[in-house]
Amino acid sequence: MEGLTLSDAEQKYYSDLFSYCDIESTKKVSANGRVLELFRAAQLPNDVVLQIMELCGATRLGYFGRSQFYIALKLVAVAQSGFPLRVESINTVKDLPLPRFVASKNEQESRHPTSYSSDSENQGSYSGVIPPPPGRGQVKKGSTSHDTVQPRASVDQQEPVSPVVSPQQSPPASPHTWRKHNRHPSGGNSERPLAGPGPFWSPFGEAQSGSSAGDAVWSGHSPPPPQENWVSFADTPPTSTLLTMHPASVQDQTTVRTVASATTANEIRRQSSSYDDPWKITDEQRQYYVNQFKTIQPDLNGFIPGSAAKEFFTKSKLPILELSHIWELSDFDKDGALTLDEFCAAFHLVVARKNGYDLPEKLPESLMPKLIDLEDSADVGDQPGEVGYSGSPAEAPPSKSPSMPSLNQTWPELNQSSEDTAIVHPVPIRMTPSKIHMQEMELKRTGSDHTNPTSPLLVKTSDLSEENKINSSVKFASGNTVADGYSSSDSFTSDPEQIGNNVTRQRSHSGTSPENTAPPPPPPRPQPSHSRSSSLDMNRTFSVTTGQQQAGVVAQPPAVPPRPQPSQAPGPVVHRPVDADGLITHTSTSPQQIPEQPNFADFSQFEVFAASNVNEEQDDEAEKHPEVLPVEKSSDPASSRVAKTDSKIEEKTAASAPANVSKGTTPLAPPPKPVRRRLKSEDELRPEVDEHTQKTGVLAAVLASQPSIPRSVGKDKKAIQASIRRNKETNTVLARLNSELQQQLKDVLEERISLEVQLEQLRPFSHL
Amino acid sequence: DALSTIILFLQNYPLYIRSIPTENELKFHYMVHTSLDVVDEKISAMGKALVDQRELYLGLLYPTEDYKVYGYVTNSKVKFVMVVDSSNTALRDNEIRSMFRKLHNSYTDVMCNPFYNPGDRIQSRAFDGMVTSMMIQVC
Repeated sequence: MEGLTLSDAEQKYYSDLFSYCDIESTKKVSANGRVLELFRAAQLPNDVVLQIMELCGATRLGYFGRSQFYIALKLVAVAQSGFPLRVESINTVKDLPLPRFVASKNEQESRHPTSYSSDSENQGSYSGVIPPPPGRGQVKKGSTSHDTVQPRASVDQQEPVSPVVSPQQSPPASPHTWRKHNRHPSGGNSERPLAGPGPFWSPFGEAQSGSSAGDAVWSGHSPPPPQENWVSFADTPPTSTLLTMHPASVQDQTTVRTVASATTANEIRRQSSSYDDPWKITDEQRQYYVNQFKTIQPDLNGFIPGSAAKEFFTKSKLPILELSHIWELSDFDKDGALTLDEFCAAFHLVVARKNGYDLPEKLPESLMPKLIDLEDSADVGDQPGEVGYSGSPAEAPPSKSPSMPSLNQTWPELNQSSEDTAIVHPVPIRMTPSKIHMQEMELKRTGSDHTNPTSPLLVKTSDLSEENKINSSVKFASGNTVADGYSSSDSFTSDPEQIGNNVTRQRSHSGTSPENTAPPPPPPRPQPSHSRSSSLDMNRTFSVTTGQQQAGVVAQPPAVPPRPQPSQAPGPVVHRPVDADGLITHTSTSPQQIPEQPNFADFSQFEVFAASNVNEEQDDEAEKHPEVLPVEKSSDPASSRVAKTDSKIEEKTAASAPANVSKGTTPLAPPPKPVRRRLKSEDELRPEVDEHTQKTGVLAAVLASQPSIPRSVGKDKKAIQASIRRNKETNTVLARLNSELQQQLKDVLEERISLEVQLEQLRPFSHL
Repeated sequence: DALSTIILFLQNYPLYIRSIPTENELKFHYMVHTSLDVVDEKISAMGKALVDQRELYLGLLYPTEDYKVYGYVTNSKVKFVMVVDSSNTALRDNEIRSMFRKLHNSYTDVMCNPFYNPGDRIQSRAFDGMVTSMMIQVC
């Protein structure tokens, strides 16, 4: 074999290759392994390879020595250049370009020829820049930097390259062939724009320029190559591999698809968004999405209903759980339908997921639907979408204030509110709501946010709160403690939302009303019929025969405050003074009732009695008593039950002077409770005994004036002050009433004592 | 250490269960199941369909010595039951109401998802997040 003369470049190149192949550093390269790969990468027909090997003597030797290797490489170059393979040719062929090896797995190898070839074009001195090692390094850097982001993508990239080369598919292959051509012949491509994120990518242009640089250049493109997804969406046999170039990419199909597939062949796949937002949608993708949208819903401004979307996305064969999550992310306004933007976002997410990207927890900013001006329901088509997507700088972290200026006015408050509250996902906003509606929705969503100042609801709140305050304050004044039911009933009446807002204000009120046991409807304005004036009731009941125990109950003017306790029941029952009948009735009945309120029963009757005394109804009562007596005796047990509810009512209606009946020792303990109860409604307050009518009248007057709380929005402060004033007035009135009632209580107690004395006196006679 | 549990039921089958803390869950589950009876009782007591927001909130179903159980039912008879620790006196009725309202809203969102079949267990991450935040807020 004649000696081999190599140029410097060749020398360098060959030595590199040799060292590359010589993994064992034995200065001998076996015929297997890397050498074979290398020769395969040379893309020469097999027989040529064999010939080369034979020529260089490897077959003879069984391995590649350095010289053989060099010869082989030279012969490769010869063969690639089209020259016949001859031993002589290795030296005779001048200006032989360096052998080219298409990289299958070795980018370095592929790079090298490029660089070398490029320099070889220059002829003459290879003074040029052939920094193989640095180049390799560069390449490495580029590839690794890229790879770190897209390990999978780069790997994927490798595979399609070689198989793609197969001339089966012309259109898709074109970019590849291109690249090959670009790589090899055009020296101009020597710029290895690995440095930095190269030019932004436009479909084919960049393919060209960036081809040599390969991976790192594909910046700013969203990772997911929709291509195989499209295939699957189209229900063509889904190929999970990335080599889905086949039918889907045939040019016959929609232009979009071919475009997409062609571009996605390697480029998009490589685009790892080095410095740009990974979730950005490229124009082609967007176009594709829009077309898909049109197939479902021709009107671009319209919605895709959930069911249709479900079918569509189910075709992508993602698990339902993920599709569900995607839906949650993309259905921004939570209306169960997808607008164009939402659809694109969803599609994009599906595509991303199909390519192995994990779904984000929140919708990425660039995927957020371009919320138009809320007042402007005429949504624009793709234009703003394009602008928004391509124009928005993606480096902003997914904050909720995207570069959508039209919404900045409404978004910020939503943002802060949503940040304040603990709600995780974006506050759902309807696409075409009014601002107020948005605010309302926001309020509803952020119900716990007390500080939102912007809602009209809040203003109403203040009014309602005033009313609540008034109501509760009334109750406070009158009852010393607000019945638990009341503040809660207030809360019922007012908008529950505002309760939250009012919590602070109402805390004083609601403080005493922890958790009401049952949602008490506004305390029954009871039976004004009876409650109003017991005198009336008396008349009525008296007119009614005493067949009804309740009548009897009412009618019984308690002559003697009974010992309500069951233990003592017999006692009082025994003594049956005429006047005491009623009382006794009550005592018998009352004990079965709420034990705390036996006094009430009695005193109610007592009051009634007093009232009736006042109202000269005594006669009636006196008449009634004997009648009632037997009735009552017989139907005691029944009456007790029947009378329970009624007497409760009676108690309520009765005077608020709750004489304590039973022991007389603790007069005040039971009373407060009934007092409270009775004070449930203002009406109940009114129907005191007639003695109190004037007070009740006053009270009624005061209370009647209450409802006229101005609800106008604009007069908050004044209204509040006015209501405060009113409250104070009612407070004083009620306090006065309270004191008067207390006075009455004392009087009644005295009377009771006297009655007891009488009873004692009469006792011996009753046995008869 | 405040405890709370939230369970959603559809026709007495649990759709979603969440407890904090996670031990002793079984006891809470039992309590919730028994409280379902109370819920049903309240529903039937309501008689005709009163479509009123107020009616959805059932209030304190029953208090035990340690815990309080609250109920809420939607118009589609999906029941929400919440158990909270009695020591958590800071919880007002209004807050419970608002919590139920939030639950209802989130549940509606889950329903809007066409991929969700009614009757499935709720696996929505957004829903989980909302419930977690709510429960943490309580505890």
